[in-house]
Amino acid sequence: MNRRSILAGAVLAVSLAGAGFAQDKTKVGFIYVGPIGDGGWTYEHDKGRLAVEAHFGDKVETVYQENVPEGADAERALTQMALGGASIIFTTSFGYMDPTINVAAKFPNVKFEHATGFKRADNVSTYSARFYEGRAVQGHIAGKMTKSNKIGYIGSFPIPEVVRGINSAYIHAKKVNPDVEFSVVWAYTWFDPAKEADAATALIEQGADVILQHTDSTAPHAAAEKAGNVIAFGQASDMAEYAPRPRVSSIIDNWAPYYIARVQAVMDGTWESKDTWDGIGAGMVEIGEITDAVPADVKAEAEALRDSIASGEYHPFTGPLNKQDGSVWLAEGEVADDGTLAGMNFYVEGLTGDIPN
Amino acid sequence: MDLSSINPLILLASIMVASTPILLAAIGEMVVEKSGVLNLGVEGMMITGAVCGFVIAVETGSPVIGFVAAAFGGAVLSLLFGFLTQYLLSNQVATGLALTLFGLGLSALIGQGYVGIKAPVTNDVNIPLLADIPVIGRIVFQHDLMVYFSIALIAAVWAFLKFTRAGLILRAVGESHDAAHALGYQVVLIRMLAIMFGGACAGLGGAYVSLIRVPQWTEGMTSGAGWIALAIVVFASWRPWRVLLGAYLFGGVTVLQLNLQAAGTTIPVEYLSMSPYLITILVLVIMSASRSRAALGAPAALGRVFHASS
Repeated sequence: MNRRSILAGAVLAVSLAGAGFAQDKTKVGFIYVGPIGDGGWTYEHDKGRLAVEAHFGDKVETVYQENVPEGADAERALTQMALGGASIIFTTSFGYMDPTINVAAKFPNVKFEHATGFKRADNVSTYSARFYEGRAVQGHIAGKMTKSNKIGYIGSFPIPEVVRGINSAYIHAKKVNPDVEFSVVWAYTWFDPAKEADAATALIEQGADVILQHTDSTAPHAAAEKAGNVIAFGQASDMAEYAPRPRVSSIIDNWAPYYIARVQAVMDGTWESKDTWDGIGAGMVEIGEITDAVPADVKAEAEALRDSIASGEYHPFTGPLNKQDGSVWLAEGEVADDGTLAGMNFYVEGLTGDIPN
Repeated sequence: MDLSSINPLILLASIMVASTPILLAAIGEMVVEKSGVLNLGVEGMMITGAVCGFVIAVETGSPVIGFVAAAFGGAVLSLLFGFLTQYLLSNQVATGLALTLFGLGLSALIGQGYVGIKAPVTNDVNIPLLADIPVIGRIVFQHDLMVYFSIALIAAVWAFLKFTRAGLILRAVGESHDAAHALGYQVVLIRMLAIMFGGACAGLGGAYVSLIRVPQWTEGMTSGAGWIALAIVVFASWRPWRVLLGAYLFGGVTVLQLNLQAAGTTIPVEYLSMSPYLITILVLVIMSASRSRAALGAPAALGRVFHASS
């Protein structure tokens, strides 16, 4: 037995041990864009991870990496996780789309789940929540509550998911308050508390008395609270520590049932690539408690809106709706199809400003 | 575009608030570099200061004690850097980078139980009479104490370096540690003191973010302010008043671009977003063009290792 065969034997033994280990425990990986302590987006994904651990107990092992930059560096983190023996990896931000596809091509036996994207492969599924359904409810409350008729919106990146949210909120604010105006500030970050606070402050100083945010930290709430007469909405997580004011309601992402179902599918060998896009009805999007800072009648209307969306009776993008340039998008009674929504890159009529490219 | 919705007075006030954290961190780092030490761990010391200040302010209910604790926390962390680089003669660049990573992790650990808790309110100092002066009063005399403290600190550092014997010794150590050593000055001790001062200032800057500007604790909340502070020191060519200028310029452009966006300007957002960095680089280039390193003001011994035997 020469040295080479000993080495080969050792490698074989190690890989066998690895395989035996993998059979005992399914290793589940998570890639996070921010810190778990952000109190928003990543915090909720991590709650999903903990739910997976609680559900499967000893049968799973979860690993995660926080603060992974979007873009090329994500490939390194993903590759490391795949080499580390993960059977399924959830990549939880839009910017991981291409890295996920690239790494998935190198590891055909590992299952990948990419949140909020649209590129799939045989071992890459996509999943997202219909946040715009929650935005409709927020828009309704915002339109009713604003006194200055100016609503500030902190956007992260100009991607379809964020544009959808702006449109949905605007349509429903406009419906109850024809004088309402939106100012959108693009922060170009998912998570930068100081910048988010500055953005909120800039909007408030220019007369906005309702702040909607599509960034992950609670900093805009702190700014709203400091300003006094301003309300805001929890984003991704309940952000209940700012209730009853400035946080009057919230959109909560509930990933746990989906994560548990997908990990189960991997264990059963029934996992296959698919696209999941669930909303309020399926429980993936929840509307956080509407506080007493909102008048009872507005609260009742908002809840009715929520319930009608949940039951499928009402779609937040129902015609007649025009695009920003005045051209017809949806005719009377027509409902937007998922394809258009998934790639939405235009504002609806009435919104000012351009979407950056 | 409706620029009339931007109130220039409120804007100026916001700029002062947005600039103060980098101002504090930068003036501290400037003193460190003046003594000939390059500490790239500003970000780590800032975030540690942010969490120390926040935790102590929440526990005691007093933002002032929070700020003191932040300065202490930053200084203690910088001692680690000082010990490694001054006594064990480790590489300053590598140690500084490690300090940043360490600070980020340490702060996340300390702050675990404090996510989502609110900080005690720091009141603005409304100086009677002065605050009521139209225009000037709103801009100059209605801030929290730290804004004034940071400007006073710039003046103090300037006076210290320019007029005092101790300041001269500090600069001597930064220009030529061998000569200073030959004259009998304790190079390592002086550098350790400078490093601690830098750490304390960075800690204060961090606490300004977590206690006043945001105010809350979230992991990684300084998000790069420490690196900006490092750039500002070079930008200022190691001069205190230019540090003030640089910090206000950077903070100013950052706040202004958000205000322009909110006002619905037609300038593409991408340009606005990159403008603070672009302008900083631009001014750096202009200021350093056609000048030697010495004329630029960089301390001659910056980043060089000192050992008494060499």
